[in-house]
Amino acid sequence: MRVIEFREALREAMSEEMRKDPTIFLMGEEVAEYNGAYKVSKGMLAEFGPKRVIDTPIAELGFAGIGVGAASNGLRPIIEFMTFNFSLVAIDQVINSAAKMYSMSGGQYNVPIVFRGPTASAGMLSSQHSQAFENWYANCPGLKVVVPSNGYDAKGLLKSAIRDNDPVVFMESEQMYGDKMEVPEEEYYIPLGVADIKRAGTDVTIVSFGKIMKVAMAAAQELEKEGISVEVVDLRTVRPIDYYTVINSVKKTNRLVVVEEAWPLASISREIAYKVQKDAFDYLDAPVKAVTTADTPLPYAPTLIDASLPNAARVIKAVKEVMYR
Amino acid sequence: MAKAADKKQKFSKEQYLKWYESMLLMRKFEEKTGQVYVQQKIKGFCHLYIGQEAIVAGTVSATRKEDKHITAYRDHAHPIGLGLHPKYVMAEMYAKITGCSKGKGGSMHIFSKEHNFVGGHGIVGGQVPLGAGIAFAEKYLGTENVCVCSMGDGAVRQGALHEAFNMAMTWKLPVIFVIENNMYAMGTSVERTSNVHDLWKLGLAYDMPSKPVDGLTVEAVHEAMEEAVARARRGDGPTLLEMKTYRYKGHSMSDAQTYRTKEEVKEYQEQDPILKVLATLQANKWIDDKGIEEIESRVKALVDESVQFAEESPYPEPHELYEDVYSEPNYPFIKD
Ligand SMILES: Cc1ncc(C[n+]2csc(CCOP(=O)(O)OP(=O)(O)O)c2C)c(N)n1
Ligand SMILES: [Mg+2]
Repeated sequence: MRVIEFREALREAMSEEMRKDPTIFLMGEEVAEYNGAYKVSKGMLAEFGPKRVIDTPIAELGFAGIGVGAASNGLRPIIEFMTFNFSLVAIDQVINSAAKMYSMSGGQYNVPIVFRGPTASAGMLSSQHSQAFENWYANCPGLKVVVPSNGYDAKGLLKSAIRDNDPVVFMESEQMYGDKMEVPEEEYYIPLGVADIKRAGTDVTIVSFGKIMKVAMAAAQELEKEGISVEVVDLRTVRPIDYYTVINSVKKTNRLVVVEEAWPLASISREIAYKVQKDAFDYLDAPVKAVTTADTPLPYAPTLIDASLPNAARVIKAVKEVMYR
Repeated sequence: MAKAADKKQKFSKEQYLKWYESMLLMRKFEEKTGQVYVQQKIKGFCHLYIGQEAIVAGTVSATRKEDKHITAYRDHAHPIGLGLHPKYVMAEMYAKITGCSKGKGGSMHIFSKEHNFVGGHGIVGGQVPLGAGIAFAEKYLGTENVCVCSMGDGAVRQGALHEAFNMAMTWKLPVIFVIENNMYAMGTSVERTSNVHDLWKLGLAYDMPSKPVDGLTVEAVHEAMEEAVARARRGDGPTLLEMKTYRYKGHSMSDAQTYRTKEEVKEYQEQDPILKVLATLQANKWIDDKGIEEIESRVKALVDESVQFAEESPYPEPHELYEDVYSEPNYPFIKD
């Protein structure tokens, strides 16, 4: 099978859908003439023209709101945030407009829109440029939140997100755009809200999602050498969460570690821990552990980044703790 | 000729020498920053000020040391112009504990409270209301100080700026808004972002005194700033100055610059703000070759010292992660 980069998988998802449906357009900073800050939309202006691939000023609140308005009036916008750090400038329109319009109009106005871009840390960028907001958006009813962990999933999930009739927040990573993977040439869709078992195992379950799945997989591989069989569940969507797959895995392994790049308080990890203790209490052989980013802004210095972000060593330690090893 | 004579009266030899040395230091510091970035001594996003030095130099000469300054992430030159030893900026970019922000901020978040430099902000336009707020505090506290709040041309399209302009003008806050218009926001030229290409005109919507300034000429910057500062100090409120300038280098260290021509860059390099100051010094015979060499060697020594200091300093210890997050000493962080 052919191998393509994560960014190309995203581009194919958008382009395939745009070829089929003329109401879909892409809007954001540097998406058109510059071919994308991270080259995700490379060549799309050439194919679709300036009516459908639109450069904006640095005005996130305005263009997010324009997207929501357009979505309520017959179009299907894809709004790119250069990174989700900057989506905070626009968050009023995402939360107060996109997520509310269908409900507060009593079902008259749905908002088929995708807000997409990279989330979380991406090297030494300091605290304003290193934030993981997946749980923030997931907290808000009315939104769906997708966080793919590889190019194959990203393509199928983004195609479903674009076709979805509700607002979808689709969160990528600068540190995945260059990742290469086999992706079929034929079209395919991956449904939102369905987790994927990325690695089967019997001793312990690790639940994760997005870029940090790499850490979970690396830890699982290391642990295998020590004779610990890890099942890795990739949530792929954090709203809704596929609790069914998570609980089933825990019923099999009886132990759970959740790995996530957000801050700990009110994180997806802690949410899952609640659900698992409630629905699978009798199956647990140890308390659930969460590995998250430290409870501080992420500074610039590498020594502090090392002390903060989840890494394989920290995940391995947590797994051993839940295994009492 | 008459013009040159006027200038002679307005600014002294000492002023020109100061401008020259300070601008040269900014330039050489940034050139060195670019070099060590390529060697991967500095990481992350890094935005150089090369070409724009006259704005900081003319601002510093027209303000007092009690005045406050704030800007975006293109922030190495401002604190150096304000008198922060460049070694603390270099060490910050090297992520060392001796950096002015203890290695926690990096290139985009240079701060120096001692020099009244309030950063170093990474969200485009985010510092504009902050600048107005700093001025609000000065007015509230009854000082005579002003705040110089700088931003790029890209920032003027942010809603926060318009909200802040309106309130700053309504409440007559002592703030000078400075647009460092280097013609591009990343790869997007000013023309592509609006019908309003004369950015100073944005202030007129709020009845704010506003004007364009030749930002490549330090005297012009100084004069415009002096007038704006006087207005703010006498309680007449904000001014918007659009400094027309140019950045010689890419937006950040990773920018292929496909959006502009080499000829355009060259055209601006020919009007170099530092060479203009030097030309005035030479035309007035205020400096000879020996004098130039002395300045160059002082600047070089400072830059070399900065790199050495940064190289030799240690990284922050891991416990620093939990420091400077809250002022409260024993804040109960979630650690497990
Ligand atoms: C709210 C927000 N959106 C996007 C970005 C990404 N970004 C960083 S710099 C920049 C361009 C800003 O250009 P300008 O204001 O002209 O300043 P210059 O870099 O030219 O000094 C962009 C889009 C950001 N930092 N913040
Ligand atoms: Mg600019």
